[in-house]
Amino acid sequence: MDELERYEPLIEDFDAFREACRRPLPSVVRVNTLKTTVERAKAALDEEGVGWEDREWSETVLELDTDGPGSTWASFHGWIHGQEEVSAIPAEVLAPEPGERVWDACAAPGGKTTQLSALMDDEGLVVANDNNLGRLSALRFNTERLGATNVAVTNRDARNFSLEPFELDAFDRALVDAPCSCEGTVRKNPTALDDWTVNHVRSVAGVQKGILRRTIQATKEGGTVVYSTCTFAPEENEAVLDHALAEEDCRLVEFEVGLDSRPGVTEWDGEEYDESVRKAKRFYPHLEDTGGFFCAKLEVEG
Amino acid sequence: MKHDGQQFDRLPATPDDREVEGRASRREVVDWWHERFGIDPETFDGYTFWEKGKGKIWILRGDTASPIRIEALGMAFLRTRQEHWKPTTNAVQRFGREATRNVVELTREQARTFARGDDQEIDWDGDWGYLVAAHELAGDREPLGVGLFLHGELQSLVPKGRRRDL
Repeated sequence: MDELERYEPLIEDFDAFREACRRPLPSVVRVNTLKTTVERAKAALDEEGVGWEDREWSETVLELDTDGPGSTWASFHGWIHGQEEVSAIPAEVLAPEPGERVWDACAAPGGKTTQLSALMDDEGLVVANDNNLGRLSALRFNTERLGATNVAVTNRDARNFSLEPFELDAFDRALVDAPCSCEGTVRKNPTALDDWTVNHVRSVAGVQKGILRRTIQATKEGGTVVYSTCTFAPEENEAVLDHALAEEDCRLVEFEVGLDSRPGVTEWDGEEYDESVRKAKRFYPHLEDTGGFFCAKLEVEG
Repeated sequence: MKHDGQQFDRLPATPDDREVEGRASRREVVDWWHERFGIDPETFDGYTFWEKGKGKIWILRGDTASPIRIEALGMAFLRTRQEHWKPTTNAVQRFGREATRNVVELTREQARTFARGDDQEIDWDGDWGYLVAAHELAGDREPLGVGLFLHGELQSLVPKGRRRDL
């Protein structure tokens, strides 16, 4: 985990951060309200003797006292879905409404896609795209297992995505949960950093900039775009936002999540970013015992 | 017109509107769920039905352009273009709660066998063919998936990736 040393200047109580990164994650699931209610999911877990604990910030996120949430009746019926706590953040921040048209630009394996569908009560359209054909089967498996019927799956490069097949001018909202260097997933996958290089960070940042720009272009004026990653690298987070602010008509907006976080950083490695990137949030493993995450909310301007 | 397996085509409203040979119509699909499982046709009022792949019917909440060449649209729902139409496990889990006919209620132990994908002998004096297999969970009946009942035996049609040892 020596790769994480570079973030020491950004993170207060760096030792606690390092310690948290070494611990495994708690077992967290999201209740799938497309197929049941939170009450019934809890009752099903009770019947099986699986303990659960509420998370204050979200009604649908539960911590379970089992390492195998997939081996429960609640999971067999698609009532719960294993989803890391922080990965439930961006869909809630995007907050799509029933009947809207929403683009999930990097959708596989579909945890956030189905959460968007559930937030929309399965009304409206979620266009779930992923450029990786190998990951599309997981996306399709999860959307169908969880009972989402308002999802259309596409296999395109999000950077030049066309709305033409859908006869749409623009989406109401878009989610960019961007492919990234995944540093924040080290608690789930201890080998996540094995292939880490600064060159990989820089090259993935170029892709992220292209995807975020396209989602802003494809979203209507006044619409919302949420940008998220599971990494700490400012090159992939604030620098990508800074680029979008310079190149597209958009602004960052404040948002609330009931999980402790730190603001986006405006200086890194000799670079300075737009002051408004402070409105983004950095979620660190030692603050709320989660994975690492980054989330920003943008409004598209005319 | 011929069937093109690479795109999603919206089903015609009725058999009279049919332009592609062998394609099911919306009315036939809705009627089939009503006749087989007693599911109220109004259940599907907000949905459109699509064919992609030979006889594979998909259900979408709402509507979109037709034809449309994309990877998936809504949920795979029903197999047609064969003697006995066959619902998918996911469709039965999602819509089978409304079923009033051809629903076999399994005990917890029988439900475990079913979820594992194993066949089992059951007491069933109703119709042969595809049944909704269900069990009681959290105070109500909940559909597990599709079973095929023949000669006193219930075959579990839960696909490999969805089987669980519970």
